Amino acid sequence: MAFDSKIPKGEMNEKWNDYKGHVKLVNPANKRKLEVIVVGTGLAGASAAASLGEMGYKVKAFCFQDSPRRAHSIAAQGGINAAKNYQNDGDSVFRLFYDTVKGGDYRAREANVHRLAEVSTSIIDQCVAQGVPFAREYGGLLSNRSFGGTQVQRTFYAAGQTGQQLLLGAYSALERQVALGNVTMYARHEMLDVVMIEDKARGIIARNLVTGELEKHFGHAVLLCSGGYGNVFYLSTNAMGSNVTAAWKAHKKGAFFGNPCFTQIHPTCIPVSGDYQSKLTLMSESLRNDGRIWVPKNKGENRKPVDIPEEERDYYLERRYPAFGNLVPRDVASRAAKERCDEGYGVGTTKLAVYLDFADAILRYGKIEAGKMGDHSASEAALIQLGKEVVKEKYGNLFAMYEKITGENPYDMPMRIYPAVHYVMGGLWVDYELQTTVKGLYALGEANFSEHGANRLGASALMQGLADGYFVIPYTLGNYLADEIRTASISTDHPAFVETEKAVKDRIDTLLNIKGKQTVESFHKRLGLIMWDKCGMARSEKGLKEAIEQIQALKKEFWSDVRIPGEANGMNTELDKAGRVADFIELGELMCKDALVRNESCGGHFREEYQTEDGEAKRDDENFSFVSAWEYVGESDWKLNKEELTFEIVKPTQRSYK
Amino acid sequence: MNLTLKVWRQKNNQSEGSLETYQVKDISSEMSFLEMFDVLNEQLILSGGEPIAFDHDCREGICGMCSMHINGRAHGPWTNNTTCQLHMRAFKDGDTIVVEPWRSKAFPVIKDLTVDRSAFDRVIQAGGFISVNTGNAVDANSLPIDKKDADDAFMAASCIGCGACVATCVNSSAMLFVSAKVSQLALLPQGAPERESRVLNMVAQMDKENFGNCTNTYACEAECPKGISVANIARMNKEYLQASLTTES
Ligand SMILES: Cc1cc2nc3c(=O)[nH]c(=O)nc-3n(C[C@H](O)[C@H](O)[C@H](O)COP(=O)(O)OP(=O)(O)OC[C@H]3O[C@@H](n4cnc5c(N)ncnc54)[C@H](O)[C@@H]3O)c2cc1C
Ligand code: SF4
Ligand code: FES
Repeated sequence: MAFDSKIPKGEMNEKWNDYKGHVKLVNPANKRKLEVIVVGTGLAGASAAASLGEMGYKVKAFCFQDSPRRAHSIAAQGGINAAKNYQNDGDSVFRLFYDTVKGGDYRAREANVHRLAEVSTSIIDQCVAQGVPFAREYGGLLSNRSFGGTQVQRTFYAAGQTGQQLLLGAYSALERQVALGNVTMYARHEMLDVVMIEDKARGIIARNLVTGELEKHFGHAVLLCSGGYGNVFYLSTNAMGSNVTAAWKAHKKGAFFGNPCFTQIHPTCIPVSGDYQSKLTLMSESLRNDGRIWVPKNKGENRKPVDIPEEERDYYLERRYPAFGNLVPRDVASRAAKERCDEGYGVGTTKLAVYLDFADAILRYGKIEAGKMGDHSASEAALIQLGKEVVKEKYGNLFAMYEKITGENPYDMPMRIYPAVHYVMGGLWVDYELQTTVKGLYALGEANFSEHGANRLGASALMQGLADGYFVIPYTLGNYLADEIRTASISTDHPAFVETEKAVKDRIDTLLNIKGKQTVESFHKRLGLIMWDKCGMARSEKGLKEAIEQIQALKKEFWSDVRIPGEANGMNTELDKAGRVADFIELGELMCKDALVRNESCGGHFREEYQTEDGEAKRDDENFSFVSAWEYVGESDWKLNKEELTFEIVKPTQRSYK
Repeated sequence: MNLTLKVWRQKNNQSEGSLETYQVKDISSEMSFLEMFDVLNEQLILSGGEPIAFDHDCREGICGMCSMHINGRAHGPWTNNTTCQLHMRAFKDGDTIVVEPWRSKAFPVIKDLTVDRSAFDRVIQAGGFISVNTGNAVDANSLPIDKKDADDAFMAASCIGCGACVATCVNSSAMLFVSAKVSQLALLPQGAPERESRVLNMVAQMDKENFGNCTNTYACEAECPKGISVANIARMNKEYLQASLTTES
C-alpha cells in the first residue's frame, strides 16, 4: 500500500508556495461535474465544504447533530493562534512553527507545521471578514492573550466562546453555499462506511438518524472531518456524540491510523464528582494567564483555601518551572497535578483536585482600573470589586459555567480543577496533501493525526481545523481531482455500493438481535475506566498488557450481551450509541498496542518506565523518532508501519520549560 | 431525592403523544438534569422499555442542542441557563417534574422530546452571512472596529440557536433569534454592503417558516439562556423599516 508523506522538496519556507505554484488545477467547467463528500461540519468540515462550494465543486456535507452549527467545535473556549505579531512582541511564522514542533515534543512533521504557521495569519483575516466578533482593544484593533508553551501573545479570542464564534462564521459561509445550491446539507445523518471501488474511495453509506433509512452517496472524493475520539475514555471534555466511527470505518477500509495513543489530558477541568457523571467540563487554558495553581504544603489540610496563609501554599508550577510558570504546556501541567495528588496533597472531597486561584489577578486588575480612574487610595474591597469586573469581562462565561456545575463562586473561592481527557493528537494518518493511505479519502481537523506531534499547544486545534479546511484542502484536493475529470458519477446501484450497504445493514441487525442484559452505556463506562487507568496520564508495560486483555474480553461480552431496545426503522439513539461504542472498543485496543510499542515518554504519552530523575518525560529519539502508522489486517490484528521523522530546522533537544 | 417525572412520549411525527409517569430514586443534588435523564433511561432499558429520545451534545450550554420544556418553562427554572446546565439542586425530594418538547408549528416533534429546528438553518440561509469567499479577506487589523460595537456584536452573536425563545413565545415568534443575527452583522462594518437585503430576506424566510408575529411580550428575553436582549428586536425593526423604505421602487 502507498505510504509516502509527499513532502515537497526545497527550503522549508518555500515548500508550500512552491507546491501551490505547481499543483494541478481543475477548470471551472470540470469542477461543476465533480462531487465531493464532506463528513463533519465542525471547523474543519464547515470551512472545507464552504470553500469547495465557493470554488464550484458539488458538495454534500453530513453531520449527526440536528444542525451543522452544533458540531463539537462550538464548545472550544479559549482561542486561536496566529503569527500576526500584532502585539509586536517578537512573534513570527518561524516562532509559531518552532513552538509547535517543540511543544509537540518533536513528533510532528516539520513541513506540515510550517505550512500551518504560514497560513495562520490568513485565517484571522478570513474570520474577521465573515463578521467573527473577536475581542478588541479600545483603539478598535484586535486583542490577544497568551496560551501555554509560548512566550508571546498570539492567541485571538472571543471571550471564552472562541470556538462558537469561529464555527458560526464557518457555518454562515456553509449555509450561504447551501442557499446557492453548491452544497447539499445532510444533518442528522451518520456515515457508517466508506464505499471503495477498485482502490479508491467513491462514496459513503449513511444512516438517516430520523427515519433509520440507509442511504448511498457517491463522491469523487470523500473528506473525513469527523473530529476526535477522546470519548473512548467515556469521561472527557468532548461533546457526548463525538466518536471515532467515521475514522474507524475508513481505517478498516485501508486508511492507516497514526499515533493512536497520543492523547491530550488537559490540566484544568472540573473534577469528577460522582459515578453518575456523564462528561467533564473544561475550564479554558486561558485562565492560566491569570490564575495561579497551588496545593497546600501540608498533607491532609482541612482549612478553606482562603484561610491558608501564603507561606503554606505550594505554587508548584511556578516552583518547578520558573521560566513558564503557570503557562507550561498541558502535558507538563497535567502530570505535575497528578504528581501532587498522588503524593497526597490533593484538595476537595475526592482529594483529586488542585486550586486555580484568581485572587492575585483580581487585586492586580483592580489596582490598574483604580489607577486609570486616578484613584490611588481605594480600599482593598473597592479594588477587589473593580478587579472582579475585569475578570468577569475576560472569563465571565467560564466562571458562570463553573458556578452552575459546582454551586461555588470562583470570584471568591479558588476553583478546584483536575486533568481530564480533552483532545487526541492521534488520528488517520495523512500525507502532506491530507490524503489518507486510501486514494480519494482525506482527513482534516482533529480526525487526522495532525501537526501537533505528541502534545498539542493550546489554541492550535482551531487553527489547524480552519487551516485544513480553508487554505490547504482547496489546493491539495485539486491535485487528485484533476485526474478524475473523466470519471462520470458512478451510480449507487454499483455492486460496491450495494454490498457495502448490506454489510452495514447486517451489522445493525446483529446488534439489535443480541438482546442481552447490559446497556450500551455500561459497556462504554467500563471501557473508559480501563483506558483511563491503564492508557491515561501514566502508562506501563504491565498495565497496557492487562488492558489489552480486558478490552478483548469486554468486546466479547459486548457482542453477546448488549441490550439495544427498539428497531432500526426510525430514530433509535441507543442503536446510534451502540455502533459508536463497538468501534471505541476496537480503537481502545489499538491505542494500548500503540502505547505499548512506544518505549519512550514523549508529550502526552508518559510511560512510567521512561522518565528522568525529576519525573520529566524521557524521549528516545534514536529509536522512536517516527509516526506510528497502523495498518488494519484483521480482528485484533494490526501491522505497524513507521514514517521516520527528520528534523531539518528544529533540532530535537530535551524540552525544557524551566 | 426521589422524584416523579411526567414525560412527553411520542413515537414519531405521525403518532399522537402523551405524558407518561415515571419514578426515579436516589437522585443526587449534584447531578445535572440530563444525568438524571440518563439514570431514567438506563432504568427504562433494563426494565424492557424504550429510552426517551432527547437532543443534547455539548452538555455545557453552548451547542444549543438540548431543548426541554420543564415545569412549563423552556430550559427549566433557572434563568440564563440551558437544560444541560440545570442541576438537580434546583429540585427537592418528592417533586413532580413535567417535561415536554418545544411546542411550535415551526418545530415539529420528531420523537419524544426531540424536535425539528431546521427552520432556523433556512432563515440563516436567507441572509445570515457576509458574502466573502475564502481568500478574499484584507488584513484583519486594517478595519478597526469601535470596541462597543464589537462587544455588542459579540453579545448578539452568542445566540446558541436553541429555540427557547420560540418555544416560550405565545405566538411562536422567532424574532429574538433572527434579530440577534441581523444585529450582529448590522453592528459591524463588514456587514454593511448586504445590510438591506439581509434583513428583508431573513424576515421573509422567517414568515415562510410559520413562526408567529412579535407582540412585544418579551417572554423570549426572559427565557433566553444567553441573555440575548430584546434591544436586538428593536434594532431589527429599525433595519427592516429602513430597508423597506430604500428598496421601494
Ligand atoms: C471543551 C473544549 C474546548 C476547546 N477549546 C479549544 C480552544 O480554545 N482552542 C483550540 O484551538 N482548540 C480547542 N479545543 C479543541 C478543538 O475544539 C477541536 O479539536 C476542534 O474543534 C475539532 O474540530 P473538527 O472540525 O476537527 O471536529 P468537530 O468540531 O468535532 O466536528 C466533527 C463533525 O463531524 C461530524 N461527524 C462525526 N462523525 C460523523 C459520522 N460518522 N457521520 C456524520 N458526521 C459525523 C459531527 O457531526 C461534527 O459535525 C477544545 C476542545 C474542547 C473539548
Ligand atoms: S435568542 Fe436565545 S432563546 Fe432564542 S435561539 Fe438564541 S439563544 Fe436560544
Ligand atoms: S447540550 Fe449543548 S447546550 Fe445543552
